[in-house]
Amino acid sequence: MKSAKTALLIAMSLSCAAPTFASPDDAQIERGHQVYDKWCFPCHGTGSGKPGTDSLRQRGQNPAVLEERTDLTAPMIKTFVRHGVLFMPMFRKTEIGDADLDAIAAYLTRNNKK
Amino acid sequence: MRVPPGVTPNDFSDAIKQWEEAVGKDWVFTSDEDVDLYRDSYSPFWHEDLEPIPSAAVAPDTVEQVQAVVKIANEHKIPLWTISTGKNLGYGGSAPLLGGSVVLDLKRMDRVLEVNDKNHYALVEPGVSYFDLYRYIQDRGLKVWIDVPDPGWGSLIGNALDRGGGYTPLRDHFDAHCGMEVVLANGEIIRTGMGALPGSKTWQQYRYGFGPYVDGIFSQSNFGVVTKMGFWLLPEPEAFKSGNVLVQRHDDLVPLIETLNYLMNSNIVQGTTTIGSPLLMSRAAAQTAGGSGGSALVMSPGGPTIEQLEQVGRDQNLAYWNCELNFYGPPKVVEAEWEFAKEKYSVIPDVKFVDGPTYALPYDPKDVDKLPKRQFGIPSLTIFGLMGRSEGHMWFSPIIPMTGEAVFEAQKVFGQAYHDMGVPAISQLFVFPSSFFPRSFVILCGFPIYHDVEKNRRSREVFKGLVKAAAEHGWGEYRTHTAFMDTVSDVYSYNDHALRHFHETIKDAVDPNGILSPGRCGVWPKHVRKARA
Repeated sequence: MKSAKTALLIAMSLSCAAPTFASPDDAQIERGHQVYDKWCFPCHGTGSGKPGTDSLRQRGQNPAVLEERTDLTAPMIKTFVRHGVLFMPMFRKTEIGDADLDAIAAYLTRNNKK
Repeated sequence: MRVPPGVTPNDFSDAIKQWEEAVGKDWVFTSDEDVDLYRDSYSPFWHEDLEPIPSAAVAPDTVEQVQAVVKIANEHKIPLWTISTGKNLGYGGSAPLLGGSVVLDLKRMDRVLEVNDKNHYALVEPGVSYFDLYRYIQDRGLKVWIDVPDPGWGSLIGNALDRGGGYTPLRDHFDAHCGMEVVLANGEIIRTGMGALPGSKTWQQYRYGFGPYVDGIFSQSNFGVVTKMGFWLLPEPEAFKSGNVLVQRHDDLVPLIETLNYLMNSNIVQGTTTIGSPLLMSRAAAQTAGGSGGSALVMSPGGPTIEQLEQVGRDQNLAYWNCELNFYGPPKVVEAEWEFAKEKYSVIPDVKFVDGPTYALPYDPKDVDKLPKRQFGIPSLTIFGLMGRSEGHMWFSPIIPMTGEAVFEAQKVFGQAYHDMGVPAISQLFVFPSSFFPRSFVILCGFPIYHDVEKNRRSREVFKGLVKAAAEHGWGEYRTHTAFMDTVSDVYSYNDHALRHFHETIKDAVDPNGILSPGRCGVWPKHVRKARA
C-alpha cells in the first residue's frame, strides 16, 4: 500500500512552484528562525546526526537542508508539520502553535523567488 | 464531536465548557483536525478500527489548572490520558490506550524551576524536554550535565515516569529523581519526600522524607498526575575517556561480562556499556548488502556453528565480542581506571585493547558535533537515522541477566522464536545487550511500523510471541507500547497476578472513578475490569 505520507514525501522532494502567500515581515521571519531552531533544526539542520537532512539527501534532495531550499511552500510546510511523513511525527498545537507555524513557513520561504 | 466511552454528549459538552473556563478556550481541542494531532504517529493500528483515538485534548498551563481539569473530569467521570511532551514514540506517543479518552496535555507546563550547580539538581515541569533543560544550562554556563535518552525531545518527567534510561552515570532516570508534586484524581495536590514538609530546604536533596516512600507508585502507573519533579544532575566532569576491549572466542563473553560487572558495580566503569560483536555485525552487514547488520545478535536455527564463526573471525581478524568502557572524572583518575580495567581483563587469552580518546572538559560548544553526544548528555535526534524507510517503530525490550550465559540463551531463544513464527531475523533491528540500568542488560528489538494493515497485524502477532517466549525463560519487558500493556502485564503473574491485584487495590482507592489514564501498564479501573471480565 502506498501511503499518504509517502506521497507527501515525494511531493516534498519535487521542485514546486513559487509560493503565493502574502509577504511576511522581518519580525515574523526572525520569529520563524527561532521556532525553526528549537523544533526543526535538531532533525533538519546542518552537521552530523540530523536524520531529516540525511533522509532527504538519501532520496536525492539537493539541497537537503530545509533552510537552504527555495522551493518550499507554506501549505507544504504546514502539511508536513501537522501530518508528519515517514518517521517524522505530527506536531500538536501545544508544541508548534498556528502563529509559530506561519512563522516557520515565512522563514523557510524567505529566499524563494518572488 | 467524538465522545468518551460511558459519557453522554450533554455531560461531555458541559465538561468542555468548564474546561474552557479553567484553561482558556484556545487550550481545549475538540475539532477532529486538532484532536487528530494526538494520534500516535507510530501507531501499529493505522487504518484499523482498533486505533485508540482521543475525543478531545485539554492543555493546562499551571498546576492549579491541572487541579481544575482533573476535578471536572472526576465530576463527570471522563477518562483522561496524561502526556507530558507526547514524544514517547515507539511506546504510544501522545495517544491514549482507551479510545475516546481526553488527552491531558502538559506540554505548556515547560518551566525549568531551578537548576543548582552546587548541589547538582534540577526541578522541572512536565513539558520541559531534554533539549530545553540542556539549553537552559548552556545559556547560563552552569557546571552540570544532564543525562539523555536517545531522542532529546522527550520530557524529563515523562521519561523518568516511564522508567527510561540513558548513557551517563545517572542513566537510570527514575532512580535519578528526587521529589515529586502530584495532583490526585480528586484534584488534591501532594508533594513527596521532603516536599511534604512546608518550607523544606532539601526537597531535591533527600529522597525519602518521613513515612512510606510512595514515589514508585506514580511511575508506569495511573495513580496521579505528576506536575513537578526533581532530578539529580552530574557535576561537570574534568575528563571523559573511553577504551575498547576485544575478545576473540565465543566463550570469552562470559569473563568479558563477569569483569564488566565487577568494574561497573565498583563504580570504576560508569554509564551504559553495550556488548558488541565485530564478527557478527560484519557477517550480518554482508548479508543485508551493506545494511545495518542490526539483526546480528540472534542465532537462527540452521545457521553456522560457533566453531565456523570463530574460524571466520580468525580468517578476517575480527573479534567475536567487544565492549566499550566509559570513564568520567579527573584526568589522572580516568587514565588509572582504564589501566586497571586492562589489568583485570588481561587474564582473557588474546584479549586486545584499543585506547579511545580522552576529552579534557569542559568542551567547547562549537565542537558538539565531534563529541559522543549520548555519553556527554547532549540531546539529539540522531537515533531516528536508524529508521530507514519505515513510518515509525515500536520497541520490544526485555531485561535479561548481565551474564554471558544469558546472552547466549537470548541469542538462541529469540532466533528460535523468529524461526517458529516464520519471520526472517534478518528483517529485524536488534540493539545488542546494553546496561541502560545498573546490574542488568536490556535487549532492544525495533519493529518497523508501516501504513500497511497486514504488515502491522503480523508485527503485533510477532511482538506478542516474543513477549511469551521471553517470559517462558524468565525475562520480562521493562516498558512497552500501549498496544501491549495488557500482554506484558499478563506475564508478570506470580501468585495468580497478586501484584496486579495490589495495583488495582491502590487504583480503586486513589481514583475510585477510574478517570486517570485507564489501562496504563495493565492497571484498569474497577468498572472497566468488570466490563472486560
